[in-house]
Amino acid sequence: MTILVLGLNHKTANVNVRERLAFNGQKLDEGITKLKALPEISEVAVLSTCNRVEIYALAKDASNSLDSIKNFLSEFHSIKRDDFDKALYFFSGLDSVRHIFRVASSLDSMIVGEPQVLGQIKEAFDFALNKKTTGIILNRLMKNAISAAKRVRTETRIAENAVSISFAAVELAKKIFKELSGKSFMLLGAGEMAELAARHLLNNGVTDVKVANRTYERGCELARDFNGRAVRFEDFHKELVNTDIVICSTGAPDYVLKKEQMQKIMKERRYKPVFLIDISVPRNIDPDVNSIDNAYLYNIDDLQEVVDTNILERKKEAEKAEKIIDEEVGKFEKWMASLDSVPTIVALREKAEEIKNEELEKFRNKYPDFDAEKMKAIEHVATAIINKLIHPPMAALKENSADRDELIAVIKKLYGINGDDTWERKNGE
Amino acid sequence: MEILTFKLALIFYFAATIIGLIEIFRESKGLSRLILIIAICGFIFHTANLIVRYYAGGYLPVAGMHQASSFFAWCIVLIFFFLEYRYKIGIMGAFILPIVFVLMLSSSTFPREIIPLSPVLQSFWFNIHIIFAFAGNASFAIAAGVGLMYLLQEHYLKAKRLSGLFQRLPNLQILDEINYRLITFGFPLLTLAIITGALWAESAWGGYWRWDPKEVWSLVTWLIYALVLHLRVAKGWRGKKAAVLSIIGFLSVLFTFFGVNLLLRSLHSFS
Repeated sequence: MTILVLGLNHKTANVNVRERLAFNGQKLDEGITKLKALPEISEVAVLSTCNRVEIYALAKDASNSLDSIKNFLSEFHSIKRDDFDKALYFFSGLDSVRHIFRVASSLDSMIVGEPQVLGQIKEAFDFALNKKTTGIILNRLMKNAISAAKRVRTETRIAENAVSISFAAVELAKKIFKELSGKSFMLLGAGEMAELAARHLLNNGVTDVKVANRTYERGCELARDFNGRAVRFEDFHKELVNTDIVICSTGAPDYVLKKEQMQKIMKERRYKPVFLIDISVPRNIDPDVNSIDNAYLYNIDDLQEVVDTNILERKKEAEKAEKIIDEEVGKFEKWMASLDSVPTIVALREKAEEIKNEELEKFRNKYPDFDAEKMKAIEHVATAIINKLIHPPMAALKENSADRDELIAVIKKLYGINGDDTWERKNGE
Repeated sequence: MEILTFKLALIFYFAATIIGLIEIFRESKGLSRLILIIAICGFIFHTANLIVRYYAGGYLPVAGMHQASSFFAWCIVLIFFFLEYRYKIGIMGAFILPIVFVLMLSSSTFPREIIPLSPVLQSFWFNIHIIFAFAGNASFAIAAGVGLMYLLQEHYLKAKRLSGLFQRLPNLQILDEINYRLITFGFPLLTLAIITGALWAESAWGGYWRWDPKEVWSLVTWLIYALVLHLRVAKGWRGKKAAVLSIIGFLSVLFTFFGVNLLLRSLHSFS
């Protein structure tokens, strides 16, 4: 029995291949049922996101099942094996456990530390759980993957810093202002990125929103969107006196806000701090504005640099995360090992029960009219004897000692227990 | 007992200072809590030391450079705890505990004998004057530490160096707010210290104001902080300018405290 992972992701396959192998909606339902039906596989779950497709399975034999899963993929998605074979990666045993933990902890993601993938893994396993395609091993694996991911999140700073421009803007604003709620904000111009950043600011509690656009009608439209009010473009300098955060993204060919103008504005606002984000290219705010006291000006490159350093920072944190993953893989390994003794424990108990029942039966046949009350007492005695006899080996099996494999073998031999398929049989039902 | 408690307090403050410096210069998470715990340990021994001295001497242990420095440090730690409780800045300890440690270290270099209070100090005014002065100075000390934090953070934001310490320092607005609060707290105390001092001088020496160096430098300090408050209210001198001024103000406090006693001849040479 081994856990295995077969999959492809953004690093190994381009979007053409990924989308052809994706399990979306109905396909997931169908696919997972068919996978479960493969004779080599006893448990299975499928993760399908825009960046990766992965099949997690519990199989008797790694290489056989690998082949039949690949055949299944080719057939199910009507795609030639050669077309996707090279993009696939494959892990088995503890490597596959490590891989799943890394994926859940977002160490394998395009943007390391992004939080979505954990939710996607949860969904994938929940789906499998509902379809009853997983059993104790994969269920436990998912539980451990989630707790590994949570440890990584809380014990490292992998997810702490913004890795998108609009989030970086919000993060910077929070280093200037105590809180964003109650701050007033002006969108100067428009544009996709500016609007996205504006939305993030609004989500963080910025209340007073003003939109100044060259075309007043467009400004009104945006203002309605943001629950704010439109300001005539010619008046925006005046409005700046009462504005704490500005996002500027006009199509103007040169500066719409010069240093001298800003100096006057700062004086009027009694040097209350102001955060100016100029994401227009060419720049629309004179870079010298940054030299004015309490005015903080960031342009698109500055923000990009923040994002880049944060990504580097995350990579550093990822190293710490790998150590946590190592520990968690170790824990799972221990749990897997403890499972090995379960069939022996069950078999031993069954064997003892069998002997007891056999002997009691013989006794009953020999003395058919024995007092029923006393018969009960004899049964109790018999149970007590076998319990006492099998207690020491049971305790030894449950213990996590180093020589347990040997112990299992010895106990099997001594008590005449054959095979180790008890647990597999049960699980396969 | 007296020496032991002092040494223990000194050692704890030293440990807190070292950890504070590590927190400032090295990438590390979760040291703030440790600093706070160690500072609390130091403070307990420090308080015990002051109590021992109070009972041995029979007066508030602030006479003489040894006791004055020690009491100054104690006031700073007390206000620091309050701020930490109120604002939970965390890394603030790394900036404040070094000041505390240096004061304690300088205290340890002065003679530590508990001498009877000189007759001129045995007055109703003694405790009042001292408590105002020290509480005021302690809040100025922390204002300077917070001012330094502000200047660093402001520099990082302007220069766009946004990793390392930048991540661990709090936002500018809260630093400016704490700085302002401390000065508005310290300024009236300093004012009262000067007034009670003048009244006391009148009853002890027969004159409100004698242009004694301590008096002069206290006045200089008072003027600096008066200017800080005036400029903020009248001209909007907040943020960086206020932070710089609060550091200059604290230098003046330090000179009033050490310089006057050690370099200039002063009627206040007993304290």
